[in-house]
Amino acid sequence: MSVSTTGPDPIGISGPMHGVNSPNPTRLGKGSRNSRNGRRGRRGSKRASTLTPYAFVAAAVGLLVLLTYLPAANMLWYSLNDWNGFGPVDDFVGLDNYVEVFTNPEIFSVFVVSLYYFVGAFVQMGVALYFATILSFKTRFSNFFRGVLFFPYLLNGVAVGFVFLYLFQPDGTLDTVLGWFGLADPPQWLGDASVANYSLAATSVWRFAGLNFILFLGAIQSIPSELYEAAEIDGASRWQQFRFIILPGIRRIVGLSFILAVAGSLSVFEIPFIMTSGANGTATFVIQTLQTAFSFRQVGLASAMAIVLLVIVLVVTWMQRKVFPDEKVDLS
Amino acid sequence: MATHKALVSLAAVAATTMLLTSCAAGSETPSDPGAIEGSITFLTNRTDLETDGTWDAYITEFQKTYPDVDVTVEALTSYADDVVTRLSTPNGYGDVLLIPASVPANQYSDFFEPLGSTDELSGTYRFQGSTSFDGTSYGIALGGNANGVLYNTEVFAEAGVTELPKSPDEFLAALSAIDKNTDAIPYYTNYKDGWPLGGQWTENIGAVSGDADARVEMAGESEPWTQGNDVYAIDSLIYDVVEEGLSEPDPLTTNWEQSKNDFATGKIGSMVLGSWAISQFRAAAADSGASEDVVGFMAFPTNVDGQQYASTGADYNLAINANSSNKAAARAWIDWLVQESGFTQTQGMISAVEAEPLPDNLSSLTDENVELLEVTPAPQLNEVADESKIDLSGNIYRQKLIDIARGQADGDKKSYFTTLNERWGAAVDELAG
Repeated sequence: MSVSTTGPDPIGISGPMHGVNSPNPTRLGKGSRNSRNGRRGRRGSKRASTLTPYAFVAAAVGLLVLLTYLPAANMLWYSLNDWNGFGPVDDFVGLDNYVEVFTNPEIFSVFVVSLYYFVGAFVQMGVALYFATILSFKTRFSNFFRGVLFFPYLLNGVAVGFVFLYLFQPDGTLDTVLGWFGLADPPQWLGDASVANYSLAATSVWRFAGLNFILFLGAIQSIPSELYEAAEIDGASRWQQFRFIILPGIRRIVGLSFILAVAGSLSVFEIPFIMTSGANGTATFVIQTLQTAFSFRQVGLASAMAIVLLVIVLVVTWMQRKVFPDEKVDLS
Repeated sequence: MATHKALVSLAAVAATTMLLTSCAAGSETPSDPGAIEGSITFLTNRTDLETDGTWDAYITEFQKTYPDVDVTVEALTSYADDVVTRLSTPNGYGDVLLIPASVPANQYSDFFEPLGSTDELSGTYRFQGSTSFDGTSYGIALGGNANGVLYNTEVFAEAGVTELPKSPDEFLAALSAIDKNTDAIPYYTNYKDGWPLGGQWTENIGAVSGDADARVEMAGESEPWTQGNDVYAIDSLIYDVVEEGLSEPDPLTTNWEQSKNDFATGKIGSMVLGSWAISQFRAAAADSGASEDVVGFMAFPTNVDGQQYASTGADYNLAINANSSNKAAARAWIDWLVQESGFTQTQGMISAVEAEPLPDNLSSLTDENVELLEVTPAPQLNEVADESKIDLSGNIYRQKLIDIARGQADGDKKSYFTTLNERWGAAVDELAG
């Protein structure tokens, strides 16, 4: 008896068709018993199938709760205490840490450094948009250029930091290249406090432009090509096509990139920490939080600083959503 | 069929997990707690000794006396940070470990086993003050260092410096001579790596004034950055060296490992470091083909009526985990390491055993009649430092000092010292009241 491949029997049994090959009346009895089993099996598999999605998600959610939400809740508790990182957390001080964060001028003054990265983020978006536009049309070697532009984002942040550290050394790579172009007396890219933040912001732009580029590229390619043909027939120039077709079409991605830019510039950490450890006026809020926690062993205050940063980012994101609502864009 | 397979694989995973956790659970408890047997884990920062097999050699030697003890060495690269995190798990920091500097003294009893009364142990061991609290000792030093200045003898000779500087002015003059007469960088701050700017300078508190209680006094001083105090002399020297252009041109791109080679090949004149660095720099000199005599060591350039001092202190202290189940074996390992292993001799460190003589590399100090001074440790000093956010043993506030000295940050020596005094004074008041 071969296994049936035509699907379940009308009474709901899957598997070999019963009552087909043998006219024996006991077969029917067996069949009906099996049909009872079949119904039970179907009820069991129905319960299993409603639970299956939860089972798939359970591992991921479990890890998320264990490694993200639980520590965040812990951090909220630490921020209400005065704790040095060792032993039990038992010195409840209420909102004192938050008062300290808002009244100590040294803590908030580091946000000025984030402005450099914020402006850098706009440069980043501009560069990414430019390359995404020209590479979304038929260009020679466009795949190669797309790879090259995205590659920096795939590199580890620490590796990028070290590479640029060598680049910025006095008489290093950058100074040598500038020498070929005749710039004989370059400043100390990291040593000069007035230039250091620009150098670090430029490193950040180099690293993240690829991400914006890929997002914009994807969005631009989702615009139907008939619109371009219609525009060309109507005599629109490349710039007009960009302004009236591409920009409106990728509005949501631009909005998203803007939110990422603000959140990213407020919480920038890796590049300045690796390259200068926050010295010479390049310290950012997160670096200062780290120093408060581990160099000065004031974990309660540092936790309060982290919570304040989280709230600021959430507020900024909410404001942006209000000003640039995320409605569906219909180009036709 | 599928559910059966899933159940079997789930059971297999669960069984493996249980097996693995039981493996990691650590040592078995010996039947007699006083017996020296069992397996212990030793946490250390010396990864280089693990690579070249030195620890294994010591363990083999140790097992000749105590054959029933099994020692596993765990060498951690960023020891201070890693161990501090592990302290939160009762059985997570091995049986024998080195006490990390950031643990406050009043919490020693929470983590470490008392080793005896301080009075009792000070008779046999040096440096007992730094790991004692309330008369009980919690650690025994695995070697000590003297603090001073490493200098390149050839660069000094080439610059025409015949006498070792004994005061800050003489030191600055010597560095100026190096700047004028040689191509070397007179003083290398190692600003980028940071740590050479921290404890290496701060440990000289006490040596400047010859006062063994200088640290204790500073913890209660409301304006320590004033003339006459040790930290004022130390920080003024850093400021003056940088302000007069006697340090490297771009501090943001210094490199510690490279600096060892540069020192050996005569590109750097001097660095403030402890005597622990002497053997490392000698090795670097040998590697780059220079003679080992190029590495010279002198006392910190200050004197009290002509007498120079060098502060000595423990490097790291060995302690026993309070939750260890093999304390007798752990104590045996500690005692053997300190007394019989010859570790400090090979490393060129001061042995913790009082009776043992000073290492050879400190002969340059004793030849110059420098008095070695064991400075009384002051845990309150760390508390005030944390409260005032002035990291005395760290590099943040000194990096700012250097930035001001080279004109990259606003202010000058006087204004910065005033700010520091304000913060320190406020912290002293806060902790006292």
